[in-house]
Amino acid sequence: MKTGLTLLLLFIMQPVAGETGQRLITIGGALTEIVYQLEKEALLVGSDTTSYYPAAAEQLPKVGYQRTLSAEGILSLNPDLIIYTDEAGPPAVLEQLKMTGVGLLELKAGRSLADVIDNIKTMAEALDATARGQALIRALMAKKQGLDRAIAAADSAKKVMFILQHRGNTPLVAGKKTAADSIITLSGADNAVSAYEGYRPLTPEAAITQAPDIILITNQTLEHTGGKASLLKAPGLALTPAGMRGHVIAMDALLMIGFGPRIVDAALELHERYSEL
Amino acid sequence: MNPLSRNIKIPLPLAGAGLQLPALLLLLIVLLITAAAAALMGAFPIPALSLLQANLTPQEQAVLHSIRLPRVLLAVIVGAALAVSGAALQGLFRNPLADPGLIGISSGAALAVALMIVIIGPLPGILGLYGLSIAAFMGGLLTSIVIFRFAGLTGASSVTYILLAGIAINALASAGTGFLAYLSDDQELRSLTFWTMGSLGGALWPGVLICASLVIPATFVLYRNAQRLNILLLGESEARHLGVDSERLKRNIIICTAISVGAAVAVSGIIGFVGLVIPHLIRLTLGPDHRLLIPASALLGAIILIIADTVSRTLLAPAEIPVGIFTSLIGGPFFLWLLIKQYSGRFGL
Repeated sequence: MKTGLTLLLLFIMQPVAGETGQRLITIGGALTEIVYQLEKEALLVGSDTTSYYPAAAEQLPKVGYQRTLSAEGILSLNPDLIIYTDEAGPPAVLEQLKMTGVGLLELKAGRSLADVIDNIKTMAEALDATARGQALIRALMAKKQGLDRAIAAADSAKKVMFILQHRGNTPLVAGKKTAADSIITLSGADNAVSAYEGYRPLTPEAAITQAPDIILITNQTLEHTGGKASLLKAPGLALTPAGMRGHVIAMDALLMIGFGPRIVDAALELHERYSEL
Repeated sequence: MNPLSRNIKIPLPLAGAGLQLPALLLLLIVLLITAAAAALMGAFPIPALSLLQANLTPQEQAVLHSIRLPRVLLAVIVGAALAVSGAALQGLFRNPLADPGLIGISSGAALAVALMIVIIGPLPGILGLYGLSIAAFMGGLLTSIVIFRFAGLTGASSVTYILLAGIAINALASAGTGFLAYLSDDQELRSLTFWTMGSLGGALWPGVLICASLVIPATFVLYRNAQRLNILLLGESEARHLGVDSERLKRNIIICTAISVGAAVAVSGIIGFVGLVIPHLIRLTLGPDHRLLIPASALLGAIILIIADTVSRTLLAPAEIPVGIFTSLIGGPFFLWLLIKQYSGRFGL
């Protein structure tokens, strides 16, 4: 955990003036959630379309999808500080923003609990909420200990396969070094796919070979696929242990792979749902 | 050029050559007004009054100087590049459906961009900023060269062969892009799709200047070839008898359009329909003389793209809609209407 406390703050263009009167824009659902957890939501004047939790965040003016931002659109909200992840772009728009001298804070898009803790810490400092930030981190660590105990008490780890999207008849499945792999590990299970990194389309036969006990999917993708029954009709998936027993777990995308401040809750919930199956 | 060909006069449909200059002048005035209006409009309010009094806040100045002005200028350059290239290619292929996509620039650029996004991934620093543009430019140029070479392999690199080679290579490039899209995850796919819809949102001064330094000379060379394109309208062998070196003309036109569209695509992604519709519009109103068609297309292309871009960045502010959607959305139905109006009652085209 110690390494996780390294500061990931890449640059702040300007020292932030007038901490209390700041107008803040967050780009990235996880970062917006952290602002709410730090109880600094009064500062928010806008966010991107991936910021939909808590419900109040949906009411904020939206500056578009995080990868296709528009400099003028953001500036029209008159922000003092823009906090974004390294997934935000396009790079030229960030460059334009830099040139206008507006305050910018780039954070790493979360891929692990350590990232989340770093982001909370950096944001707490930038938003003048250090005490609240520390409390949040302590609470997270306490929850993590509870999670570890629950995992230790459980019997052998389940094999979980995460499906990012389901185009045509070929599922796009998470390998190593993905947010999905990270949450599977955090929840005390094993990623059924360890042969590759990133997300790859998996042929039906390979899906059978990996033999997952559980299929993990986001609510959003499950809905697009037409529900659990239609997902399991796909060739291959139906013949896996998970498919035969109907073991599909769906969860909100931002909660499960967004790596925001609720990440330990998500892992705990997943762990409980594995054992309920 | 043979001295004989200089003397060939092609009559203009509108009251002879007398209308040439006033038409261009009118377009230029409209362009200046449009550009000025576009510079004053945007999500970030800049009051015209304080601009006139040179009384802007530092932030207003920064938005105007580093975001809006390069963007409007880029719209001018890209719109002109696309429209002029469309006009020249339609002249070269003697085909009203020819557009810059035909010589592979869009599909080649898209393939290169897909490679960058899906396989190579985000690059750090200055390469992250211009990497996609460089890849798109190289990809587009390379594809046109391949098409031209293939057409040359058939012996006589007649425009028909260029056209057919273009279709084949375009299909290949699209297959490659499709395969990469298949390999991509949600976010990569989204970046790729947005790129193919075109946007002028990433306008930065260095990009604008580089783009201009490629487009302006290329456009000038295309304009210099206007009379030869006029003669080519008679037919390829007829033009040869009239002293037009058609091989050289083909090479010049293709190289210049490839450079100019390549530069446009590199900075803005794929913006559809401007290259197809604008030359038609000019041809239908001012006639097919390339000496007028090329400069007039440049001006009208710039005007239309400024308008489309201004709509795209203000309609849903603070978010933005890719401008390529607008040009195609307006261009498509307009083109159909034009066709019906112009050609109804005639047999064949």
